[in-house]
Amino acid sequence: MNAPFQPDTLGLDQLKIGTKARVLSIDWASLDESESNRLRHFGFDEGITVEPLHLGPFGRDPIAIRVGRMTVAIRRRHAGAVRVTPLQL
Amino acid sequence: MNPLPLVAVAGSPNAGKSALFNALTGARQKVGNYPGVTVERHSGRLMLTDGRPVELVDLPGAYSLEPASPDEAVTRDVLLGKQEGERQPDALVIVIDASNLDNHLRFALQLIELGLPTIVALNMVDLARRDGLELDAAILERELGVPVVETVAVRRRGIHELHAAVDDMLSSPRCGVHKRVKSDLVNLQRRARAIASAAVVSETPVRRWTHRLDSVLLHPVAGPIILAAIMFVMFQAVFAWSQVPVAWITSAVAWLSDVATNALPAGILRSMVVDGAIAGVGAVITFLPQILILFFFILLLEGTGYMVRAAFLMDRLMHGVGLSGRAFIPLLSSFACAVPGIMATRTIDDPKDRLTTILVAPLMTCSARLPVYTLIIAAFIPNTRLTWGVGLQGVVMFGLYIVGIMGALGAAYVLRRGVLKGGGGGFMMELPKYQWPPIKDVAIGILTRVQIFLKRAGTIILGTTIVLWALASMPQAGPGQKQSEVSIAGRIASGIEVVVKPIGFNHDISLALLPAMAAREVAVSAIATVYSLDAGDDPAGNQPLVKKLRHGWPLPTALAFLAWFVFAPQCISTIAVTRRETNGWKWPLFMIGYLFALAYIAAGLTYWTAVALGL
Repeated sequence: MNAPFQPDTLGLDQLKIGTKARVLSIDWASLDESESNRLRHFGFDEGITVEPLHLGPFGRDPIAIRVGRMTVAIRRRHAGAVRVTPLQL
Repeated sequence: MNPLPLVAVAGSPNAGKSALFNALTGARQKVGNYPGVTVERHSGRLMLTDGRPVELVDLPGAYSLEPASPDEAVTRDVLLGKQEGERQPDALVIVIDASNLDNHLRFALQLIELGLPTIVALNMVDLARRDGLELDAAILERELGVPVVETVAVRRRGIHELHAAVDDMLSSPRCGVHKRVKSDLVNLQRRARAIASAAVVSETPVRRWTHRLDSVLLHPVAGPIILAAIMFVMFQAVFAWSQVPVAWITSAVAWLSDVATNALPAGILRSMVVDGAIAGVGAVITFLPQILILFFFILLLEGTGYMVRAAFLMDRLMHGVGLSGRAFIPLLSSFACAVPGIMATRTIDDPKDRLTTILVAPLMTCSARLPVYTLIIAAFIPNTRLTWGVGLQGVVMFGLYIVGIMGALGAAYVLRRGVLKGGGGGFMMELPKYQWPPIKDVAIGILTRVQIFLKRAGTIILGTTIVLWALASMPQAGPGQKQSEVSIAGRIASGIEVVVKPIGFNHDISLALLPAMAAREVAVSAIATVYSLDAGDDPAGNQPLVKKLRHGWPLPTALAFLAWFVFAPQCISTIAVTRRETNGWKWPLFMIGYLFALAYIAAGLTYWTAVALGL
């Protein structure tokens, strides 16, 4: 992905476990229709807070992410489409 | 005749929709299929106070009217009145999870916009309270503009109130249908969040149970170890727990056989009842306890929410062979039976992922193989205890399961790089809250399986056993001849034997292979019938089947027979369900071909290796 460099932004796949972050943008174009529908179903949207909770045991894939009151699992590749900025605590 | 008013129960996955549907309709349910698609239709009846019946239909769980899976497409089409074979619902009951309002309200808002008479069931209010959430249903009712009823479907709380609300809704239908305003998902989601935060009166932060459990069960090291341990315990339990009930059933069958022998005059009728029906069906019924234990574990894993965690843990490995973690659930169900397993592939969105999963599902060791495995293991593998609680027989059984799994993964790998190349496939799943499933739901699930199994034993197995008995007992063998050689079945088997002799199969096995196409476990009853007939009235013939096999078969043959059954697609039901799920004969025929080829090679390799090792 050739996202322009922005300070403090990274892909959701780069975020450390237990770090809360705000979603800045989602690269919908990199996902097919049912994938982007599913991400929207899970409540992914600009401005929401997400937090990676668990990583899969093999290849640290998939990633379990808290979104709102739900925990969802998505693959690293899809998480990469979500740009986030870590929240300072 | 006017059709009954149709009320649809709709909601997001994990809202407790089916539990609520069960609570409303009770045990009297009809399970059918929507035409043209492979999505189940569950319906039941509800009586209004004025005695009018209403049909209640349980729609597949969906997150929105923008589908991401075939199930969700059916839900959308039914709700919009576009589903073939279904009338548009007259009213809706929307089920939402009170502890996940922000998300579930989105679908609810979208459904309310349809303008049908609607009730919202605010389900799992107990779980919301456990999470420290206090909700105000009145605020929700005002914001949504439809009646809201609090329920805890698994404890049957609020069901009476919900029933009354459905009653009210249908007796005084609201007039003035809304126009459908088509809001997009993002806006709906934002409105849902606003309503949810308005309805939350107070929120006490609590350490959630689910998160605490997940930090252990999804731990990168502990997680897979626990998963392996659970699987191992499950398969050991299938053996250990079943011993006592199996002994009961065995003695009951022996008793019945004695009674029938004494009650009936010697002759063809007695032979048919004792050697055919009782020996054959009895041999299969003996495996009922093991099948029950396996289903008990699978239903428990599903009901608690662990099954999805298993999918999470396994996704990367499954991805490595071109499948997704989603395939893990259908494949794990295939340990019980490939038929529900193949049907469960409907939740896999990607068509090639799904087809691959269907084609490899029969390699997972289904419960119908258990009778065959158990018989051969009991006859040929010594019952040595390796260490505390772990026996050699259990280890061999575990090994057979592993060979099946490796075979499935290998086959998937090859298929995904060959005939089923392409397609991305993904893994996007919700990890629901852990929950202790109501014992009643587990019991209903097990009971349904018992019925299916006994029905099979009573029809297919009884039928094939009697046909085989007839083929195997006619014509009568003369003095000095063996019944299993001269009979019609014996002659057919001699034909098959030519093909399977190189891989070490003897005449008995050849005889069992054909009827075992109906169902694998029939192989056991077929062998039982043959030995029973060969023995005739010779008292030595009354020894258990295990002993007869031990004397009759060389060890390499027995091992080759086990290897054959790991791969062979010997099950008409699986082939039929594959035809239905893939809409044609192409894939089932492909499946039969590659599995028989694998079975032949595996049995051959096993036999030749065992002979070379001098076993």
